[in-house]
Amino acid sequence: MRVELLWWEGCPSHPETLGDLNRILGEEGVDAHVELVEVKSDDQARRERFPGSPTIRLDGQDALPADPGEPFSLTCRIYRLRDGRVSPTPDPGDIRDAVRRTR
Amino acid sequence: MNIGDHAPGFSLPDTDGREHGPQGVTVVAFTCNHCPYALAWHDRLLDAARDYDGVTFLAINPNDAERYPADSMDAMRERVSADGGWPLPYLRDETQEVARAYDAKTTPDLFVLDAEGRLRYRGAPDADHRDPSLNAAWLREALDAVLAGEQPARPETDPVGCSVKWR
Repeated sequence: MRVELLWWEGCPSHPETLGDLNRILGEEGVDAHVELVEVKSDDQARRERFPGSPTIRLDGQDALPADPGEPFSLTCRIYRLRDGRVSPTPDPGDIRDAVRRTR
Repeated sequence: MNIGDHAPGFSLPDTDGREHGPQGVTVVAFTCNHCPYALAWHDRLLDAARDYDGVTFLAINPNDAERYPADSMDAMRERVSADGGWPLPYLRDETQEVARAYDAKTTPDLFVLDAEGRLRYRGAPDADHRDPSLNAAWLREALDAVLAGEQPARPETDPVGCSVKWR
């Protein structure tokens, strides 16, 4: 499985997501190296179809697809945890489900 | 701006067009519509504004609305209206002069001023945006100290959030 974590320096959330992702990949027995992709410009954000930081891609697909109308730009991505709270990082349970779907 | 310095004065419009600035003990909270950190701490900031009657709370959105339309005055107005009103005015810093004068780093980034306009606290609302039970404890500690005429025990913390979106 190809695993990418796209991030932007204006948002401090990607280290936490990287930790969650590595832990979940290990727990799920997925032997994959997480490629870190820094997004540095709005042009690159559009090319990469980057809806905000952090974004996890599994085999080239957004693990947690954004709303269809979401613009691609340098921004912090808004996630919802499973209890409904707003969060700058995805719910680990949602990451795990995405890994299982892609495996 | 260092702790103890006089904070810059200002006058900025809220979502109803009324002008506001620091008055008495004041909390200046740089925040915005589109940042998940600001959204995660939002209810705690509003609760503090409700609880500290007599303290001036000012929420200021300084982000570049051309690149981030979710932070435009229209979007701010829609948000406040959708919430049925806020217990503090939501101000637009269109020129970003106030954010630059305060050297705001992130949304949120909080500044507590005493009645003489001196900076007494700067930083995050509390230790963890993920934990609503913390209830903006650092902000409340600072306000309790300032209202008691004392120096906050924890005058500075690192602001945590999305970077201010400069033009």
